[in-house]
Order: sequence, then structure tokens, then C-alpha cells
Amino acid sequence: MDVLIGILLIPTVQAVLKIFVIIFALVMPLATVLTLMERKWSAMIQDRVGPNRANIPFLNNFRGRGALHIAADGLKSFFKEDFIPEGADRFLFTIAPYFGFAAAMATFAIIPFAGPIGDFTFQITDVKPGLLYIFAITSLGVYGTVLAGAGSNSKFALLGGTRASAQMLSYEVFIGLSLLGVFMVYESTQISVIVNGQNTYWFGNLIPKWGVLTQPIAFFLFFTAMIAETKRAPFDAPEGESEIVAGYFLEYSGMRFAAFMLAEYIALVGVSVLVVTLFFGGYHIPWLHLWESAPQWLVSLLQFMKFTIFTFFFCWLQLQIRWTVPKFRFDQTMALGWKKLLPVALGNVVVTAFIILIAN
Amino acid sequence: MSVNITTLDERTRVTSEADSALDTEEYFVNMGPQHPATHGVLRMVLKLDGETIKEVIPVLGYIHRSIEKICEHSTYRQIVHLTDRMDYLSSIMNNWAVSLTVEKAANIELTERIEYIRTIVAELERIHSHQVAWGVMGMDLGAFTPFLYGFRDRELVTDILEETIGARLTMNYIQPGGVMFDIHPNFVKKVKEYIAYFRPKLDEYEDLMSGNPIIQQRLRDVGTMDGETALSYGATGPVLRASRVPYDLRKIEPYGVYGKADFNVAIGTAGDCWDRYYVRIEEMRQSIRIIEQLIDNIPEGKFMVKKPAVKIKVPEGRYYGHVETARGVLGVFIVSQGKDIPYRMYFRTPNFHNLWCTTAIAPGGRIGDLVAITASLDLVIPDIDR
Repeated sequence: MDVLIGILLIPTVQAVLKIFVIIFALVMPLATVLTLMERKWSAMIQDRVGPNRANIPFLNNFRGRGALHIAADGLKSFFKEDFIPEGADRFLFTIAPYFGFAAAMATFAIIPFAGPIGDFTFQITDVKPGLLYIFAITSLGVYGTVLAGAGSNSKFALLGGTRASAQMLSYEVFIGLSLLGVFMVYESTQISVIVNGQNTYWFGNLIPKWGVLTQPIAFFLFFTAMIAETKRAPFDAPEGESEIVAGYFLEYSGMRFAAFMLAEYIALVGVSVLVVTLFFGGYHIPWLHLWESAPQWLVSLLQFMKFTIFTFFFCWLQLQIRWTVPKFRFDQTMALGWKKLLPVALGNVVVTAFIILIAN
Repeated sequence: MSVNITTLDERTRVTSEADSALDTEEYFVNMGPQHPATHGVLRMVLKLDGETIKEVIPVLGYIHRSIEKICEHSTYRQIVHLTDRMDYLSSIMNNWAVSLTVEKAANIELTERIEYIRTIVAELERIHSHQVAWGVMGMDLGAFTPFLYGFRDRELVTDILEETIGARLTMNYIQPGGVMFDIHPNFVKKVKEYIAYFRPKLDEYEDLMSGNPIIQQRLRDVGTMDGETALSYGATGPVLRASRVPYDLRKIEPYGVYGKADFNVAIGTAGDCWDRYYVRIEEMRQSIRIIEQLIDNIPEGKFMVKKPAVKIKVPEGRYYGHVETARGVLGVFIVSQGKDIPYRMYFRTPNFHNLWCTTAIAPGGRIGDLVAITASLDLVIPDIDR
């Protein structure tokens, strides 16, 4: 027993366990639920019932209000033919889906989900470069789209891959620029410093210094740029189902297609998690520190719940945006980025710098 | 205008520009016959330079059913059935075109009631056709929600029509000499209810789509076509009217009881996709006006002038008649040798002529623009091929 606890106390072992728990108990279920949530919510928006047909025949045709469609979708992907088109680069075609998957997953490595209990943190690792790590890893996602587009031997897929790579590379610039102001305000790129910085207050204990209040413009820029980075509506020209059919993953089927879809939903959760962490106080509940006698486990639990609720809210917001707006033409997406967002982001950095200079 | 007749193989030969600094090459992409944006089996071969369209070559024939040939073996009442299958979103108006021509040729006098019923039903169908056009426009621009809103409201129109006609898509209602059935006792009440329901919904449509800045960006100054080009390509209907040509047969050569109704012809100013989109919205308003004026005044009388004649004999000669369908002018040309079947039948369908406008206005735009253009032309593919 002592040996087991001894092993569990090794930081590396803890980190590996956290990875498993966060991926399999938190991120994957959330992303899977989102697939159904998106279908159900879009159905509500569009005045229809939504998926409710999947049932278990032996259990009195149990339907569970459509919840079984999650399982049905998974099973369907398993049993579909794994099709590789003629003339496709088999190697690139095979590995492409997992780039996006890995890039989307990597975001969660440095996100704290709740406050620490003693020495135990609810965060896989708190790397010093912090967000720079996320910029580095999410850039890898573009390889997935490019390789899928180039390896499919299809002109539509190639067009989609080109669009996706151009769009993702450009919007990475604005993600970085929009966050510069945040880095300046909290004086670090490290996640834990930024999150704890948002637990300080203006005017005594009156207003929490949440990122959305210190950097409101950065919040809108970051949210917009992240939606573009994850290629969701209104920036979904790379997938543009009405023009280039499905874009870069046109030729995919079965589990590889499911990997693309799941990566999209994981990225959606990733965007929400990042927005909550950077702009909405992370796991910190404002004014909770005033309740000094609260046990730490209860505080952590409440913080985890707050974090989850906020994450869900931003997931929902993205779904709502997706089903409300039409999509930009591809060149309009690029023009919006370079001609409108870039000047605003630069201006935001300059203004923030001046305000910090004057305040000090 | 000179016409270049070449085969598809000759036109799709890849040419590379030798004088270019970079090694560039134009390439061809088949948009269709199976493609989500063409809404049917239309094939467009696109000559592309990167994302920019150099040339659009429509390739037809994938849904050719030789309707005109079958007409040569069918009586005039049977021909009406075939016209349902051309432009399925304005099937009643297609029926009307044939009936109108046959009645003119065979000198069949109609009662007032028939004309009223025909006009009201046709305008109802124009509304539902434009609802689909509106929804499909949204879907092609990447917003799926308008599509379902459009179809939701269209279903209610088809419910009303189904009560009288018994069909929801291939209506086959207007016949030479009258209409197939008298209107259902609930018809007037339900139409009034529907208009009361749809008027606010139309404003909702506008809130949802017209004011949206993305929609405006996607549609304004895209696919601009001046009136001269539109006329030279034979475009009709909302496509022509959006290009500032106020050509509407309901106004110019009133048939039915359009002459008694007070309505305006919606015309555009610039002739871009936005105008084509907005002309349809405005036409829905005008159709509501027409129906409101007529619905209370349907006179009593016969709905079929005489016992339905299976075989109507048309005197020898050549006859042409046309109506304004939801997409433009449907012309019917009959060559008769005095028998109960035509010697030759020709349909001048609006979509066939509207389609070729893409070859004039799409080059220079992006692939995304082509989708907006085809959506704004509101093509129904079976009408192109017949």
C-alpha cells in the first residue's frame, strides 16, 4: 500500500493519471455530448424535433430522447467502409486526421480546472511559457488540414486544404496579437499567473479583475479569431458544404471522418475553456475568498462547477452562432482578418501599453 | 453576338500560360452532376485559376425525360400532367400555360370563377416557390436555419392546396376548360388565416437574412448583370426584373384576373444577387396583396365549363401562349394538325434561359460567388432539361 502511495506521489505518475482522467472523463465525454447537443439545439432553433429515432429494441424500444444517437453515431463510424481514394497518398491520408485531434487535445494540458488542494493541482502541468505552448501546438493543427487536402487526390479537398491553411495561419497572428494585451496586464504568459491575477480586485473587494473587464476588446478579438481558427461558422469556408462539398475532409469515411468531427468538437471545448481561463477568471469564483471558513475541498468543487458551467455556456454560444449566421466567402474571411482585426488588435496593444504606463 | 460551337473536350483542354513568371496552370473542376449547391443533376464545368472562375460551361442532359416528344403522343389533358414535372415548384402555373394556349386555340370560353380560382391558386404557389428560393439562398450561403424556416411556411401553403387539389407537389390542377376540382369549403378561410400568419413571418425573414451584414457582403455587387445582357440571354422573371427591366406578363398581357388586381411589379436597380434576392421578397408581398383583393370576390359559377372532354381537338395551326411562372416566362408553342394530339410541342422554359446567365456573370468571381449566383437565379433543374 505504501509502495502504491509512493508511486502515486511521483509527479510524473500523477501527471499521466491526470492526462487520462482529463481526456477520458472530461474532454471526450464533453465533446461527444456536444455532438448531440449541437443537433438537438439546432433542431430547437429550426422548429423541428431533432434526432430521436435510435432505440434499443429489447428494452421496450428505449429511446432516451435521442441520447442513444451518440452511441449510434460511434457504432456507425466503426462499421463504415474505411475508404481511401485511388491515387491518394496513403501515408499522408492516414495520418492527417490525428494532427487536428492531437492539436485540439493539447490545449487541455495546461488548463487548471479547479483550485489546488494542498499540493495537488487540478492541472496537468503549469509550464512556464504557458500560452506560447498553446500557440505552438495549435499551429500543428494546420498540418492535418493541409495533409488531408493534399493527400486526398481531389480538387475540392485541395481547395479546402488551401483555404484552411491560409485561414488558420492568418488567424494565428490575431490570436497572438489579441492576447498581447492580456499578457501585459497580468505580466506573464503563464496560465497560473494569469488565472490568479484575475482573482484580484479593484476598489477593495468590489470588482474582480477579470480579463473581460481589463481587456474587453481582446476578448472579442480572441473569441472571433479562435472561431476562425477552429473553422466554425461564420468562418467555415474551408468546409463550405455548398461550394466545395466538405472541403479538406471530403474523401474521408468511417473512423477517420469521425476523428475529424471529434477534433472539431474538442477544439470547440478548447476554445470555451481558453476563453473562460483567460477572460472569465478561470476557476476562480469572485468574492468566494471572503468566505474564509470554507473547507478547501468544497471550494475546489464549487470552482470546478463554475468552470464547467462557464465552459458549457461558451460551447452553447458557439453553437448558437453557428446556426444563426451564414458564412463569409473565403476572401472575405481573410479581408476581415487582415484589414479589420489586425489594426484593432494592434491598437489594443498600444492603448493597453499607454494605460499601463500612465497607471504606474 | 458570335456563337462558338466547340465540344466539351476541346473547351476543357488545359492551357498553361508560358509568359507567366510563376508556373501557373488553369484547371477544371466538375461542379455536379452530384453537388449540394446545384440542387439537382446540373453539371457545370468550371475553369478555375486558383479560386477565381475563368469560365463556366453548363453541361445539360442529365435529367432529360423527352417531355416534348412524349407530348406528340398525348392528348392535351395528358400533356398537362407532364408539365407538372418540369418546374415542380410552379406546377400549377405550368398547367396554366398549356391550358391557356389550348383554350385560346380551341376557343373555349371560361367562367369568372375559373379565372379567379386559377389566379389565387397560382399566386399561392408563387409564394411557396419564393419561400423555397429564400430558404435555399440561405442554405447556399451557409446558413441552414432559413432553409427550414422557408420549408416550414411552405408546408402550410401545400396543406391548403392539398385540401383542394389532393397533391402537394405535382398539382395537375388547371385543365383546359377549367380546373380539376372546385375549391374546398375551407379554402377561403384557410387562405385568409395563412396570410395573417405569413405577413409577420415575412418581416421575420427580412430580420433574419436581409439585414445580416454577412448576407449583404455575399450578395451585393456579386454577379451584376445589366438589363441588356439579361435580355440578350433571354432571362425572364425575377432575374430580368432585378436588372431593371419591368417585364412582367401579369402586368403587360394580363391573363386570368390579374387585370382586376392592383399590384406593383418589383424591380431591382443594380442587377446583382442582392436585387434578385430582394425582388423575390417583394414579389411575395405583392402576391399577398393580389390574393387579398381576390379572395373575397370569388364569384359563383362552374369550375369546369363543360363536361371534362378527354379529347380536346385543336384546329390546325400554330399557337403560342405564355404565362409568368415563379421563375419567368413559360412559353408553350403548339403545332396542331387538327387532331386531339399536337404535331409538335415546344416549351420555352424560364430556367433554361436563366441558367446561361451564369456564363456571362460568374467569370471573374470566386467559387463562393457562383453558389450565390446560382442560388439567386433560383434554378429548378428538371425545368432546364425537360
